[in-house]
Amino acid sequence: MHNVVKSELKSGALVERAETLAVVAVSHHGRLRVPSFASNVFRIAARELRDSARSRWFLLYTAAFVALGLGVSYVSAASSGGSGLSGFGRTTAGLINLVILVVPLMALSAGAGSIASDRERGMLAYMLAQPITRLELLLGKFTGLAAVLLTSICLGFGVCAAILAWKGSRADPVALASLVGLTFLLAMSMLGTGLLISVATRKSSVAMGVAIFSWLTLVFVSDLGLMAGAVALRMRIENLFALSLVNPMQVFKMWALVSSDTSLDVLGPAGLYATDTWGAGVTWIFACVMVLWIILPLTAAAAIFSRRSPI
Amino acid sequence: MISIEGVSMAFGRFQAVDDVSLSVAAGQSLALWGPNGAGKSTIIRCVLGLYRYSGSIRIGGLDVQRHGKEARRLIGYVPQEIGFYDDLRVHEAVGFFGGLKCVAVRDPDSVLDGVGLCGHAGKRIRELSGGMKQRLALAVALLGDPPVLVLDEVTASLDAMGRDELVGLLAQLSRDGRAMLFASHRQDEVHTLADRVAILERGRLQREGSPAELLDASMTASHLKFHAAEVRHA
Repeated sequence: MHNVVKSELKSGALVERAETLAVVAVSHHGRLRVPSFASNVFRIAARELRDSARSRWFLLYTAAFVALGLGVSYVSAASSGGSGLSGFGRTTAGLINLVILVVPLMALSAGAGSIASDRERGMLAYMLAQPITRLELLLGKFTGLAAVLLTSICLGFGVCAAILAWKGSRADPVALASLVGLTFLLAMSMLGTGLLISVATRKSSVAMGVAIFSWLTLVFVSDLGLMAGAVALRMRIENLFALSLVNPMQVFKMWALVSSDTSLDVLGPAGLYATDTWGAGVTWIFACVMVLWIILPLTAAAAIFSRRSPI
Repeated sequence: MISIEGVSMAFGRFQAVDDVSLSVAAGQSLALWGPNGAGKSTIIRCVLGLYRYSGSIRIGGLDVQRHGKEARRLIGYVPQEIGFYDDLRVHEAVGFFGGLKCVAVRDPDSVLDGVGLCGHAGKRIRELSGGMKQRLALAVALLGDPPVLVLDEVTASLDAMGRDELVGLLAQLSRDGRAMLFASHRQDEVHTLADRVAILERGRLQREGSPAELLDASMTASHLKFHAAEVRHA
């Protein structure tokens, strides 16, 4: 027995056991309960949701999204004889392009501003001095901001659909729900990237700058770069398709087209290649890439956040 | 209640804390005293688990680096300057931080009354003065009746009246059996609040003793330099 204790002391196992016992003892002390992981994530998320709902950025982005969405929907529906949101009409094409422009910017800036501005105000250190882990804080922020973005997206699409319906245009609920769902996935992937930028930078102004630069890169540079690369390097069609999967906005665009029963042929040879090679399975490729785009930046953010000083 | 053993911490090449060992028992109050850059705030941030360090810090037997969340549940912390969410109302802040400590705050007024903030529950935090914000931070720190209080130069940003009021409140709290660790570079605060004083300089513990010993040491080591312009008479 003595030898067992000695060997445990050497390996540090005894210390570990004693610490575990101390934790249990404290946890069972009536007035000193330790909050659970889920309750902390929920509280931070609720706080974030309430803060964002009161903030100007949320109202501004939502109003811009609704106004632009209405403009696109109304003009497209009018010119296509009232096809509204059903099928691959001009409305859906217009809304997909609108989503690619507005939603990533909204999500990137929301994520980039969150941790960095808390750090700048001294709020981050104060929060982390409470009984909360860094992972709980990060996931709480992610969940709260994701809820804010979902609200904004639903409001945007909802108002568009309501006004189109009032004007007599048909709005297929399944097509609409599918577009909302895909938009939300895109928003979450960009939110994770925004949080990664936020934990990696010290100042909120720098974080916002990097977020806007990332948005510009994903929206314009990668699109133009892909086209230029395909021509200049005489890229093989499978490489072109693989490269387009690197950009979540391209994945969103292709997935939205597939989900609206439109052949990817409209995207040209790369789309044709995807349809011929993967068939219906291409949806799974899009889903996997999108999920990776949500998980990987968030995991990287958690890893950096756990090591960096909050001050 | 607080045990700091051989703690060192560096910012790059700058050694902010160098092999410091201290302990604070329940009912004791220890002041970290020293000039700016002595390492007082860094030690406090290590105690809170905000910085990574070498050595060991235990709160109520819990290792801060391994069981940070549980250890921080035992701590009530008041920083030098509070950065609460500005548009939050006072009672909302109490409720929010109470939730993070697993404390259901049914009557925020009674909590606020204890720190002299009665009648301010409905105000937004941005409407509070610096002294009121510090009182609110103290009310939040006391939620759940933690056995350890950690204070980081809490009066540094207050005027004379605000400082006296807050020190009076803290003096009451230091007599109710909590372990208190606080950083200060004001002798009057140290004398009012501390049972023992740890004098730090450039991250190293120079000496530890009673506030009276500190006063003696500082009296013998003080030099008053007086510079006056030379007046030339023609």
